[in-house]
Amino acid sequence: MSGMDRLARFLDTDPRDVGCDEAMELLHVYAELAADDPEAAAERLPGVAVHLAACGPCRDDLVGLLAAVSDEG
Amino acid sequence: MESPSARDDETTEWLRVLDKASLDHESGLARLHERLLRIARSEVRRRATSIGGPEADDLAHQSAADAMLAILAKLDTFRGESRFTTWAYRFVILEVSSKLGRHYWRGAPQSLDEEQWDTLPDRLGVDPHEYAEARRVAAAVRAAVDETLTEHQRAVFVDVVLRGIPLDALCARDGVSRNAVYKTVFDARRKIRAALVANGYLDVTVRRGESS
Repeated sequence: MSGMDRLARFLDTDPRDVGCDEAMELLHVYAELAADDPEAAAERLPGVAVHLAACGPCRDDLVGLLAAVSDEG
Repeated sequence: MESPSARDDETTEWLRVLDKASLDHESGLARLHERLLRIARSEVRRRATSIGGPEADDLAHQSAADAMLAILAKLDTFRGESRFTTWAYRFVILEVSSKLGRHYWRGAPQSLDEEQWDTLPDRLGVDPHEYAEARRVAAAVRAAVDETLTEHQRAVFVDVVLRGIPLDALCARDGVSRNAVYKTVFDARRKIRAALVANGYLDVTVRRGESS
């Protein structure tokens, strides 16, 4: 990927992006769906999936929550 | 969403013991706190921060205690859309994020006063071998930032993209929500992109999902 392609990707914004507040409100729901089937989670909550793809801190929270849930077995 | 009648047995049991009228209320609170503390400790370790030893444990304890308070205050809002534990663990994960954001400033780099535009290509992941293109990228973005962003958008963009300050650290410093910082950067990205397209630096046909 060229530098300009990377730049285009970084600057690209998706109007479906729900933002941090709504994504965090639904994080527990998304996490359980994603633990079973990540594609199904993205289909059910597309705006949350778009946000998590774009927002590193929220994505990190999802990873943390999935780790916590999986530790429970 | 799942109906209350479909709740799993563990969720039902948690809700029973967390009911103030339950005879097991105190032991239920202790069990929940124990779980939250274990998860907070794991989460601090997972995030591989420079914090360690008693400081890390203190942060985990504070996160578990604050998550506990939030969970009890919002227990009435639990609608059974997930297992109780998944809903509850979200609080402690978010507490760890927030507290690590505050902790960032204790060891923040001293060079934060400078706008390091030379670092932009690295921040965007441009290959160092593409030196000429990297300079072109940085110059085009800097012009777009200077010409199109508001003062506030520019300041936040520089903090996040050039200085690499974590969003949660900015939230702690400025007393704003993560959503507010994200939205500012989101709007800045949109405006910079539009400027680069208008000036012929970006091809409008390069749409999301096309690059890999």
